[in-house]
Amino acid sequence: MVQNLAPALGKQVTAMPQYNQFQPKPYRPRMSAYWYFDRWPYLRFILREASSFFVAYFAVLMLVQIAALNAGPTAYANFEACLRTPLMLILNGVTLLFLLLHAATWFNLVPRVMLREMRGKMTPEIAAAAPGYIAWIGASIIVALFALRII
Amino acid sequence: MADTIIIEVSRFHPEHDAEPTYQSFEVPLRGDWMILDALNYIKDNLDGTLAFRWSCRMGICGSCGMMVNGVPKLTCETLLTNFAPGPIRVAPLDHFPVVKDLVIELDDFLGKLQKVRPWIIRKDERPPAREFIQTPEQLEAFKQYTLCINCMLCYAACPVYGLDPNFTGPAALALAERYNLDSRDQGAAERTDVLSQHDGIWGCTVVGECSVVCPKGVDPSLAIQQYKLSATKEWFRTWLLPWGNK
Repeated sequence: MVQNLAPALGKQVTAMPQYNQFQPKPYRPRMSAYWYFDRWPYLRFILREASSFFVAYFAVLMLVQIAALNAGPTAYANFEACLRTPLMLILNGVTLLFLLLHAATWFNLVPRVMLREMRGKMTPEIAAAAPGYIAWIGASIIVALFALRII
Repeated sequence: MADTIIIEVSRFHPEHDAEPTYQSFEVPLRGDWMILDALNYIKDNLDGTLAFRWSCRMGICGSCGMMVNGVPKLTCETLLTNFAPGPIRVAPLDHFPVVKDLVIELDDFLGKLQKVRPWIIRKDERPPAREFIQTPEQLEAFKQYTLCINCMLCYAACPVYGLDPNFTGPAALALAERYNLDSRDQGAAERTDVLSQHDGIWGCTVVGECSVVCPKGVDPSLAIQQYKLSATKEWFRTWLLPWGNK
């Protein structure tokens, strides 16, 4: 029938017409641009992905810090003064929260993207995630010891 | 506890409506009733024009998947009382074209399922002289993925599929991985062309909701991530090792 229609209408007719009397058009839903506000798991996902912006920002901030250190004591004092402004305190506070989220979600995903089979058995997810957390906490303690001038 | 509950059902008539609207029905709130029982009550007693799919009413046919308060569920195993005092919103599965009321078009999923070749592929297709031997360990490697009932709840939960309808999607990818992991199968290389694509495994951004909503405990998200690993290994093998392409 489709083949016979084509010359009659004088144009190309696809094998499956989008609409005719006996094949009504289905409703095609469109996703809202703000779909991630619909449910908490989606918002959590978007926050996880957005955390990478803060990771990038913090990397840049560290480069600026090294540059200031390299430029001499006055430049470094200016850099530190800049960090003490309320705007920077708020921004870096938010950055800290996102970095914690970034690290935790990263370690939680590790068991899903590695081969967990050992001696023919799947290692439990927690056992696969644990080394990351232990290394993270260990590194944080060492950094804290230096930062607080204990060693 | 009140003895009735309000259900707001998505209604769409393709010949009259431009888009779906919600219609409220008051149904008895019984402790042993599922959402599906309430929909059948509506169809039998309140409005016979309501269209929805169902078959086995015991969570194995995969026909009655719908959005219940925004979450994809099999309505035959979702208790009404979980949502008391209501109201409950029942809508067709997200991301699929709606044919009428709660009925969606499955063609896209079925096409994708066929595309990933979810059957045992042998280099020599002649029937073997005897059955294939498989150890319990070899069975365990893919067993959870065999439990998929093609209910498409994972597609409704996947924002990647909603945003990009070309994405092969969780169930089809998990079923492809099910055959890749099967010790009897020799078709992994054939499936790579379809699976290791932007529309295949690399489209997945690990939202992980597919695995959360699966009524059969299948973990499609894990299958996709594990396949990303083996596809990467395969890429290194074929491109970096001079003898790898053999």
